[in-house]
Amino acid sequence: MNAADSSKDLTVRADGGQQPARFENPGVPEHRERLADADPAAAKRAERQVAALFALSTVGTIGFLLAYFLAPPGQSVASIRTSNLLLGLGLTFGLLGIGLGAVHWAKTLMSDHERIEERHPQRSSAADRAGAIAVLKEGAADSGVGVGRRGLLKGALIGAVALLPLSIAVPLIGNIGGDWNTNKFRHTVWRAGRRLARDPSGTAIKASDVTIGSVFHVIPDGLESEAHPLDEKAKAVVLLIRLDPRDLNETPEKKSWSYDGIVAYSKICTHVGCPVALYEQQTHHLLCPCHQSTFDVANGAKVIFGPARRPLPQLPITVDSEGYLVAQSDFHEPIGPSYWERLK
Amino acid sequence: MKARAARRYHRFAPVALLLGALLAVGAGYAALTDGPAAAAAPTADDIAAGSQLFRANCATCHGPSASGSRNAPSLIGVGAAAVDFQVGTGRMPMHANGPQAPAKPVQFDQQQISQLAAYVASLGAGPAVPTAEQVDAALGNPANGMALFRTNCAMCHNAVGGGGALSQGKYAPALWQTTPSHIFEAMLTGPQSMPVFSNANLSDQEKRDVIAYLVAQREGSPGGADLGSLGPVSEGLWVWVVGLGLLIGAAVWVGAKSS
Amino acid sequence: MSLTQRLSGGTADYLDQRTGIGAAVKNFARKIFPDHWSFLLGEVALYSFVVLLISGVFLTMFFVPSMNETVYQGSFATMHGVTMSEAFKSTLDLSFEVRGGLLMRQIHHWAAVLFMAAIVTHMFRVFFTGAFRKPREINWVVGSVLLTLGLLAGFSGYSLPDDVLSGNGLRIADGVARSIPIIGSYASYLLFGGQFPGHALIPRLFTVHVLLIPGLILALVGLHLLLVVLHKHTQYPGPGRTDRNVVGFPLFPVYVAKAGGFFFIVFAVIALLAATFTINPIWSFGPYDPSPVAAGAQPDWYMLFLEGGLRLTPGWTEFVLGGFTWSFNILIPGVIVPGILFTTLAIYPFIESWVTGDKREHHVLDRPRNAPVRTGIGVALLVSFLVLALAGSNDIIATNFHLSINDITMFFRLFIFLGPILGFWITKRLCLGLQRRDRELVLHGHETGRILRFADGEYVEVHKVLSEDERWLRVQHESRRPLQIAPETDSRGVVRRGYRKDRFRQRVSQFFYQDRIEPITPAELAAAHPDASQDVHGAMRGAGNTQVGADVPMIEPEVPMIEPAERRP
Repeated sequence: MNAADSSKDLTVRADGGQQPARFENPGVPEHRERLADADPAAAKRAERQVAALFALSTVGTIGFLLAYFLAPPGQSVASIRTSNLLLGLGLTFGLLGIGLGAVHWAKTLMSDHERIEERHPQRSSAADRAGAIAVLKEGAADSGVGVGRRGLLKGALIGAVALLPLSIAVPLIGNIGGDWNTNKFRHTVWRAGRRLARDPSGTAIKASDVTIGSVFHVIPDGLESEAHPLDEKAKAVVLLIRLDPRDLNETPEKKSWSYDGIVAYSKICTHVGCPVALYEQQTHHLLCPCHQSTFDVANGAKVIFGPARRPLPQLPITVDSEGYLVAQSDFHEPIGPSYWERLK
Repeated sequence: MKARAARRYHRFAPVALLLGALLAVGAGYAALTDGPAAAAAPTADDIAAGSQLFRANCATCHGPSASGSRNAPSLIGVGAAAVDFQVGTGRMPMHANGPQAPAKPVQFDQQQISQLAAYVASLGAGPAVPTAEQVDAALGNPANGMALFRTNCAMCHNAVGGGGALSQGKYAPALWQTTPSHIFEAMLTGPQSMPVFSNANLSDQEKRDVIAYLVAQREGSPGGADLGSLGPVSEGLWVWVVGLGLLIGAAVWVGAKSS
Repeated sequence: MSLTQRLSGGTADYLDQRTGIGAAVKNFARKIFPDHWSFLLGEVALYSFVVLLISGVFLTMFFVPSMNETVYQGSFATMHGVTMSEAFKSTLDLSFEVRGGLLMRQIHHWAAVLFMAAIVTHMFRVFFTGAFRKPREINWVVGSVLLTLGLLAGFSGYSLPDDVLSGNGLRIADGVARSIPIIGSYASYLLFGGQFPGHALIPRLFTVHVLLIPGLILALVGLHLLLVVLHKHTQYPGPGRTDRNVVGFPLFPVYVAKAGGFFFIVFAVIALLAATFTINPIWSFGPYDPSPVAAGAQPDWYMLFLEGGLRLTPGWTEFVLGGFTWSFNILIPGVIVPGILFTTLAIYPFIESWVTGDKREHHVLDRPRNAPVRTGIGVALLVSFLVLALAGSNDIIATNFHLSINDITMFFRLFIFLGPILGFWITKRLCLGLQRRDRELVLHGHETGRILRFADGEYVEVHKVLSEDERWLRVQHESRRPLQIAPETDSRGVVRRGYRKDRFRQRVSQFFYQDRIEPITPAELAAAHPDASQDVHGAMRGAGNTQVGADVPMIEPEVPMIEPAERRP
């Protein structure tokens, strides 16, 4: 260590003593020999181990091919599972052999002397920077437009380039939303006189079928004949529940919407649209499994817990002349999750 | 010391003795208790026996005439099916009053359950215990069963019957161990929080299809071990713990200085 | 020359004559990379992505991205005769009829969940070691974008089979889209080409998942790796490691073998998972229909932070104002909170450089304990994500631990605020404590447990002095100081412009660096052992401790002054 070097390390020494202000880097430690470096027998052993690992890979791949031809998926759950297992294990060993072999090779046999490479600052040299600026200036001068001037050319170019993407964006956006008729959110296919049917079989439901404590999953009768059955089902699914009329608290205007303790509510959660589905018979609560919004069927399906804000819309029902349950009309509000213009 | 005497002092002697004693007690108990009773039409004796069992085990909550009380509903008209289910799965007698009746070790043998069922059935007409044919999974259509299960049951019991949460600590239990007749009875009678699936909602044939579906699920998953069939949460936990765990282990090995 | 040598020489010559590739080989073949297991986490992500590409191409050969209705007539009993979309049916055929198809599907899905887990682990390694500092800020932002793209790739991917579970996830996405003020209903129509579920969704998701996102990811991964090569990899502090060098092993042959071999190991672990554990059993969920739903309705784990937020946010945050519905119960968990969390992560390097005023390049990593507030912030972010993920799994927790989902939800509503604060505070205190312990270790050495008794009866425990290498690790770091700013008033008592901005910056800097522990200096060590004969300088091996970038000759931590803002003419 000479004086020239130490000038970099020693700074203000208030005490005038011998110590530098901070410890110095001790430098890269000495190389420690591995077993395979010192002992040729160990090196040979390591080489055999690597070769064995590569051989394991070959065995694995052969196993995979055997399983492919000899153990097809078949018809039963067990045979499919076996085929998957054998193929997968073959592949695993085929891969593992190569991976472990390569790494073991690197660790035991390849040179493990640490090397040092210098870093250079990321910043390009002053000369390069000056050169870059010079060539840019040259190019700008060649372009026929004064550098730094807000010219007519620049403005026109920017305007043109900014506007051009519209010829791609407008047809893309214009067509991507189908007919863009968001008014469809407000209506479902329920109409006066449309029968309530079981989901998924489609058979109509009589009022006498619905016993206290039961829940029916309901679709409109004849749903299959709609133009887009799934789209309509996504709005029209309903839950049908019968309560003891003494347990049912109805507001005066909705008293006519139920029939003899049977109430029908939209199945689509008013939070973000999952099917509400879980009916707890004893508490008359409907629980949505997605985010746990809980609705009280005995009290107009109002929200009693969870992230939903609005009660489930109620479908007004009655019975027809044969005793089948029918809707009186469509829902009186848009079903499902809220959206900006929902109440407009 | 003689060889046999020496063996008494062997260090495994107490273990062997304990195992032998357990074996003896177990065998004795099995020999002395009754086997499952054969199904037969209930006789007047059965109803009388059932009435006695009822008074001893059920009347405190359900009332001496099974007409209910503040703590428990009336059992008039619930039928033999309800009793067979509730008592047969150990749910009744309940340990503590509450909306969830968890299944626990069954307190009565099959004959006693049949007697209780006969007694309750005699109080008022109600759903009967299903016949073997009604719950035979081999006669059901598992594809139709799955469609019905998906619409009516999966939201509480999960897609394959692995169980799920209800509100306030209640839950719909896993169905892996439930017997076909108990499944049938549960659908028919709507125990505790579960809705009632009467024959007007799910016909006998449809109930059998559901049973066929649930029994088929017990074969396991074609993709391998099913991690509890709990869905993406257990899969995510597994990839962090096992997948990333194995790979970090491998990475430590790759990066470590070799000897 | 042997045949191999002649062939390889001939190929090399052929290429070089047409591309000049010799220069690149000369510069890159023996490039030095440092060796540490935590540097392999990014590789796990990279290799999972390669596995995704390989298995994904296989899947595209058999998957049909169409929502047209068809009836299943294949071998799987519980699906027989069921009406379903072509997408669902082709996934079933892929699983049961195509040999190795189920394995490829499971490899693909396990690789996807592993990809996201590796990205998060890698990102937090980079965060906790401060590897995002100059010159790597751009690479950090590229990585954040890759994280988001990964989320989108996963979500679009697992929705492709059109099953009940992912279909309900899409329904939720529709509900979230609808909640956006003004444009919400149009956003819903845009995504689905009309009403939900429509007919356009699966084909669109397919294009997004197979073409657009992988293309973007490939391009950005290329940029990500190019920047690593350009900047050279960072290295952990240690003897011989400085900001001006890289100490490690050459690319060829060591890392070709180690990193190349590691690819096979990653692939093997994924294959092992796919061979033995079911993932995404769509045959159990059934084809999508808007009516059914199953208990345990969760998305893949990396989307759980959204799901948890949706479960936690109470309904009263939605209100009607001016006749319009403001659905903050969805906007907060769906847009605002993720926006805050992800933006904080993405801009963090710029926050830290603002707070330290540090314009130097950094290539030696920080030990997390030496940056207590940064580490605390990282832990707070992790705790937020973890709480949200647990909240999203509340029904699974409830069923398996016999708890009430209502209680769990209420607990997490509190803990989403309390948890990160507690996490931050505990972590910061832990880091400061560890730094104190480092000081003690340097000053007094390791406790050996050997007791010496002197003739006069004094008992003393023998301490083993730290070796130079051990000591270096604990003293090499800088302890940052809070920024200093120019005074509020000038010599004439006039308050200067820009003071309030500077004061705010100083306050934040104080939050970061007010509580700090200085590393032991040679003077302190000498003071603690006045009769020690060892030369504190030690032997000099390797390069000295100088800084790169700004022309600052000091070793002492830089305390940059913020100049008062100039007055504009």
